[in-house]
Amino acid sequence: MNKKTKIKYNQDRLYYIICYAVVAILTLIVLYPVVYIVSASFSNPDRTVQGDVWLWPVDINLDAYKMLFNYQKLWTGYGNTILYTVGGTIINLVVTLTCAYPMARKNLRGRSQIMFLFSFTMLFSGGMIPNYILVRELGIMNTRWALLLPGAMSVYNMIVCRTFIQTNIPDEMLEAAQIDGCNDLQFLFRMVLPLSKPIIAVLALWYGVSHWNAYFNAFLYLKDNDLYPLQIFLREILFASSQIGETEEMLAEEVTRSQYMYVAMQYCVIVVSTAPLMCIYPFVQKHFQKGVMVGSVKG
Amino acid sequence: MKKRKASAGGAIKKRDPRKDWQLYLLLLVPVIYIIIFKYIPMGGLVIAFKEYKVRKGIWGSDWVGFENFIEFFQSYQFWRVLKNTVILSVYTIIVSFPFPIIFALMINSVRNEKFKKVTQTIVNMPHFISTVVMVGIVFAVFNNRTGIYGNLVHAITGSWPQDLFASPSNFRHFYVWSAVWQNFGWDSIIYTAALSSVDPSYHEAAQIDGASRFKRVIHVDLPTILPTIITMLILRMGSVMTIGFEKVYLMQNSLNLSASEIISTYVYQVGLSAQGSGDFSYATAIGMFNNVIEFVLVVTVNKISKKVSETSLW
Repeated sequence: MNKKTKIKYNQDRLYYIICYAVVAILTLIVLYPVVYIVSASFSNPDRTVQGDVWLWPVDINLDAYKMLFNYQKLWTGYGNTILYTVGGTIINLVVTLTCAYPMARKNLRGRSQIMFLFSFTMLFSGGMIPNYILVRELGIMNTRWALLLPGAMSVYNMIVCRTFIQTNIPDEMLEAAQIDGCNDLQFLFRMVLPLSKPIIAVLALWYGVSHWNAYFNAFLYLKDNDLYPLQIFLREILFASSQIGETEEMLAEEVTRSQYMYVAMQYCVIVVSTAPLMCIYPFVQKHFQKGVMVGSVKG
Repeated sequence: MKKRKASAGGAIKKRDPRKDWQLYLLLLVPVIYIIIFKYIPMGGLVIAFKEYKVRKGIWGSDWVGFENFIEFFQSYQFWRVLKNTVILSVYTIIVSFPFPIIFALMINSVRNEKFKKVTQTIVNMPHFISTVVMVGIVFAVFNNRTGIYGNLVHAITGSWPQDLFASPSNFRHFYVWSAVWQNFGWDSIIYTAALSSVDPSYHEAAQIDGASRFKRVIHVDLPTILPTIITMLILRMGSVMTIGFEKVYLMQNSLNLSASEIISTYVYQVGLSAQGSGDFSYATAIGMFNNVIEFVLVVTVNKISKKVSETSLW
């Protein structure tokens, strides 16, 4: 080994060490708060607040969970969120696919004009107040439809789906099917949908997660406790101390018995609301990433 | 139902639209959806030029021209919310844009596949945490009495620290850095994907010429993903005026309002909140001001980029 390659080798080793170290440190920074919150939720509330929990649970204790599970609102919120997620995702998929399939046809007359109609909405929108007036005028204010209809399709997702169909279902296949007397709807159901399973999975995941996490529309359009999704309930619990004025009557009498308990319960509610997503995430992350890649291909 | 002609070839040629009636039928629902839920609200923007009264309806209300806009431009709130919006947004871009690129370049240099996979899974995870929970985590972790922060300072100095959330200047740091924490891993996916398309022969050639690994990152990896970087930068530059309402609203409190009142939260404050005046027209004008600038920015930035780098969004 001559001197020059030796220097290079050392330089490379230093570079690799830095890479591994930085990646490892960033990973730990991401991981630590998550582990801490899970540990804090399972620890004795007194010990948590006194600062005895640093990494692993201390003096394991499920009282805070028991207290949380006694809230009827948690279960109502959970039920509603599942309903909005399942119902909303089905609506999203139907609308997105019925839009993406025709838009994937290069020879459809008026295609570019219709495409403009859709993509323009990504650049400009009416905004909060006109949307609010619309929801009111449609008579769906304070109903479940207010969460299901306004976001029935994301134009971005539709374009991703269209690009997928264009690149994965060759024109020759359509021609062959047409020769055999297959019409457009038959082609959609017999060929396009079965061949688009990967992108349908990706879209279902994207839409599903966004419904699960959605807060804004419920916050604007719903007044009725029975309709609230989980995220609204979360806000009540998580921000009670900073916004006592709004939530005092609901929580005060139940909460005063233990301020510590309440802090512990905040950790629990974070875990309970986020656990379903985090549990399925490692298994489906491949699909999410695939979707990002499909989206980056311009059609 | 009409039977298709066997000679359906010549697919590139535009076909007789009557043959495609099924496709148009399918498009009906999405088009109706987009018109009702996207274009009607755009039409609803006319109330920015009116004095909207619920009784009179959108069309019956009186025209006032640009009065609402002028009122906003002259109000003391105008510069404050505009400044807060731009500062928060520029701060976000400056900090959160380079992180995923650097991370992608570094993790791309990691050769241990298992290490790569585990770290990627972990750093991508927070992307799926909801905004409400994300803000809840920030509040819990940095609580000056019960959180890690409070306990850590107490353990070291023996006294309890000040409430970090009471200070307006801290608001921006929390907003931006929690966003970095949540999204740098996820945002790096697009760059790692682009990096996987680097032609190995470039690396081999550079290696023969004696380039170190770091030099190859700068001269081989980085140029390969440059088009992706530029496209992403366009997207971000265009969205300078677009800051989600949710997170800022959730992080707002009466003490940090001087830094945390941005245009979208101010629209809500004026138009819909219980403390606001309920002036829909005025609130719409403020929102529209934001949307128009946003629109002009995206279009301009895209035009410039088309000229400079031949990369554009459309």
